[in-house]
Amino acid sequence: MTYIAKPRLHHPSLVKNKAGFTRRDYEGAVSTLCAGCGHDSISAAIIQACYELDILPHQVAKLSGIGCSSKAPTYFVGASHGFNTVHGRMPSVMTGANLANRDLIYMGVSGDGDSASIGLGQFAHVMRRGVNMTYIVMNNGVYGLTKGQFSATADKGSISKKGVSNPDSSIDMVSLAILMGATFVGRSFSGDKHQLVPLIKAAMAHKGAAFLDVISPCVAFNNHSGSTKSYDYVREHNEALNRIDFIETREEITTSYDPGTTKTVQQHDGSILRLRKLGEDYDPSDKVAAVKRVQEGLHAGEVVTGLLYVDPTPSDLHANLNTVDVPLNTLNAPELCPGTSALDKINASLR
Amino acid sequence: MKPTDIANPDYFHKVVDCQWACPAHTPVPEYIRLIAHGRYSDAYMINWKSNVFPGILGRTCDRPCEPACRRSRVEDENLVKGKKEPVAICRLKRVAADYKDDEDINSKMPKAPEKNGRRVACIGGGPSSLTVARDLAVLGYEIVIYDQDPKLGGFIRTQIPHFRLPESVIDEEVGYITGIGNVEFRHQRVDSLKAVLAEGYDAVFVGSGAPRGRDLDVPGRKEAAANIHIGLDWLSSVSFGHIDKVGKRVIVLGGGNTAMDCCRTARRLGGEDVKVIVRSGFDEMKASPWEKEDAIGEDIPILNMLVPKEVRHEGGKIQGVLFEKVVAKYDDKGRRSLVPSGEPDEFHECDDVLVAIGQENAFPWIEEDAGIAFDKWGLPQLNEKTFASTHPKVFFGGDAAFGPKNIIWAAAHGHEAAISIHKMLIGENPEERPAPGVNVASQKMGIHEWSYDNAPTIDHRFKVPHRPKQEALKDIMAEVELGFDPQLAFKEAQRCLNCDVQTVFSGQLCIECDACVDICPMDCITFTENAEEKELRLHLTAPAMNPTQDLYIGAGLKTQRVMVKDEDVCLHCGLCAERCPTGAWDMRKYYTEMTHAGHACHKQ
Repeated sequence: MTYIAKPRLHHPSLVKNKAGFTRRDYEGAVSTLCAGCGHDSISAAIIQACYELDILPHQVAKLSGIGCSSKAPTYFVGASHGFNTVHGRMPSVMTGANLANRDLIYMGVSGDGDSASIGLGQFAHVMRRGVNMTYIVMNNGVYGLTKGQFSATADKGSISKKGVSNPDSSIDMVSLAILMGATFVGRSFSGDKHQLVPLIKAAMAHKGAAFLDVISPCVAFNNHSGSTKSYDYVREHNEALNRIDFIETREEITTSYDPGTTKTVQQHDGSILRLRKLGEDYDPSDKVAAVKRVQEGLHAGEVVTGLLYVDPTPSDLHANLNTVDVPLNTLNAPELCPGTSALDKINASLR
Repeated sequence: MKPTDIANPDYFHKVVDCQWACPAHTPVPEYIRLIAHGRYSDAYMINWKSNVFPGILGRTCDRPCEPACRRSRVEDENLVKGKKEPVAICRLKRVAADYKDDEDINSKMPKAPEKNGRRVACIGGGPSSLTVARDLAVLGYEIVIYDQDPKLGGFIRTQIPHFRLPESVIDEEVGYITGIGNVEFRHQRVDSLKAVLAEGYDAVFVGSGAPRGRDLDVPGRKEAAANIHIGLDWLSSVSFGHIDKVGKRVIVLGGGNTAMDCCRTARRLGGEDVKVIVRSGFDEMKASPWEKEDAIGEDIPILNMLVPKEVRHEGGKIQGVLFEKVVAKYDDKGRRSLVPSGEPDEFHECDDVLVAIGQENAFPWIEEDAGIAFDKWGLPQLNEKTFASTHPKVFFGGDAAFGPKNIIWAAAHGHEAAISIHKMLIGENPEERPAPGVNVASQKMGIHEWSYDNAPTIDHRFKVPHRPKQEALKDIMAEVELGFDPQLAFKEAQRCLNCDVQTVFSGQLCIECDACVDICPMDCITFTENAEEKELRLHLTAPAMNPTQDLYIGAGLKTQRVMVKDEDVCLHCGLCAERCPTGAWDMRKYYTEMTHAGHACHKQ
């Protein structure tokens, strides 16, 4: 952490977005994480994404569990709602919050310990239920707060800072999320904001369970040679399948690309994801192919990044449960106590 | 772009905008920090070494440093609740002079060593000659200063009214120079350069200023001469007590600082209806903005776009001045000309006219065959680096060199001329100038601690308290500005961004984690593919739109990208270095000090 607050002076060219805020307005408190932590870069990417999407901060709910990553929501979008849950239980709290107020933008921030170890069960179910959210795992493969033990996402055979080799298989969060039913799945790297910011924007606009696995090197305990989650390793093994140029519905499409170099995915609400191809021909809407490609990458020791899977017509928890269209806090006595005739109707339908 | 060569002393010197802009390159941030720490004597000595007249300049400098100050580029009007303003560098300098410990200063003043047997004459007793005298006296030279006025100081003493600069301050700072020893003052007007040279001096320095006030050439000027005064001569007469009153209605012609001094002086000598009338537009006036402000504050209107046409008089008794109204027209090349607007002429009544429409160089005392060549503007032909004239023993400086400038320029010229004289007399080549001294020190004290106050404040520029107007106008000797008190000085000093504490980048230590990019409040750091400067400036985290400010290019990164830092808006808050996990960024103070004859050419 730093001893001084980030100065409020700013670059003269800083401009306000359509919501009337500058990018600096989406910042939070000064980070208390270690200097150089990848999580801070992800926070900066979230700030940038929220600014570019003209989001109203008070419409955002940030939920997290326990761990370095779960401290991060304090460091972005300070003027929003926040909930720090018990370890690994963020998904159920978020599910409940989402059921109660479907109008907020939900952002779950978790780590590899919180989501792949103690919270693995909750993780699976929140994806399966299709909660409309953006679920970001800041994945560093190590338990930083307890000083450097392997986490469940550490690759088999990778070496700890103390020189010990990891004997256990790793959990691949991307594969798990796709299998569990998430409808938007991507992977990125904290050191590549050009890729990460559009991914976060697209995930936030996705009306369903969106999951992003963001490799985020732990400078203190997992940035040495032998680690597979270090800055150097990820840069050397990064296989980016595509780049998103996220385009909203209300904006005119102005950028033009050579035919054959892009792939567009039109989502249910009309918004368009424009994907720039990088090398191989990859179709992220093909679920079986996506799982195959991700597994191939794992086998080859690649860090496959980009938008890996998207279902353009997702259905979310509210649609599945056929819930009321508005947040519960907007329901008043007439809707909640519709009267005898409504009760009689229900009773009659059950006879 | 090529990686930045930070070993070049100019690179980081340029980042210290105030110091780079100062003709004498005074280490501004260093003395401002010392003022904040209450170390006024130390702050004074840094100034004294560099600009020789801290107390005088702290009241009268035309402050080339302040328009350059980074603070005025990075402030946010909404946060500071006012317009963007530089640090009050000049008035902080005065604080050092006001609150220094005189005994301490006296003990720090150098004393002349044994005479080295060489004699140097300085013609004119103004700031450039005094600087030459100081720099050379400490090396053992015997200095003789000639001046027509009874006391040393030149225009500092004769042209600047005492309500802006008390005479005691001049006496004190002139005294520090004569107190060194080996400096002789001759109250003697020089009428012949050849006669001075004939006295066998090893070198002669001409610091005789630009002493001639330009006159008005309109009908009626001669007839009404009794009530028309040349501003320069009039101010000098006031200064020496030869003039102590003026008519009730006074017109001051001209738009420079002399005009401002004339009108404010007239207000104190009985002028009730005093106005400044200037040919050009208000904004193009040569006077410093704050001097215009002070004049207007003393109920002196400034009328512009009026060209004097005729002085009206009745039998030699002045009635007033007739003015033609003009407008500014610009040609294709942007050159301005003032053309009659066609409106009727304006007549302004008055009892006295003060003419302050410019000053000129005059060397009637330099004989044509003295060996000094002049250019077509009547200025001596000089080597711009060494200030040497076409005569091997004669050097120029101050207003006598390149025409009217300011005290701070005179001090800068004096330093350069002294180096040339010394080098010439010890048999070295004056063309080879000594490099500045640079002292580099990391400011790191702990993981998050720096040995400078790195948190920028968002205070608006503090105003220097003034004496109440009624009181000030009554007494021509009463200083108008009261100066910052230590509390205000501290607050104003805290506005300084410490631009001499540099962000130094070591690419081989960097792991490209982006922590510095993310924390930088000014978005001035970018990691990117290298490109040409024009291209790079457009594609940074925030565009670098000020081409006068450098881009710092750091290489040696594993990804072969480069670190690009836009020096323009950096707050020097040190957060990049604080968030850097590997120490690739460090905050290092670059203390840059110009080399003078007194301490660098001198071989111990």
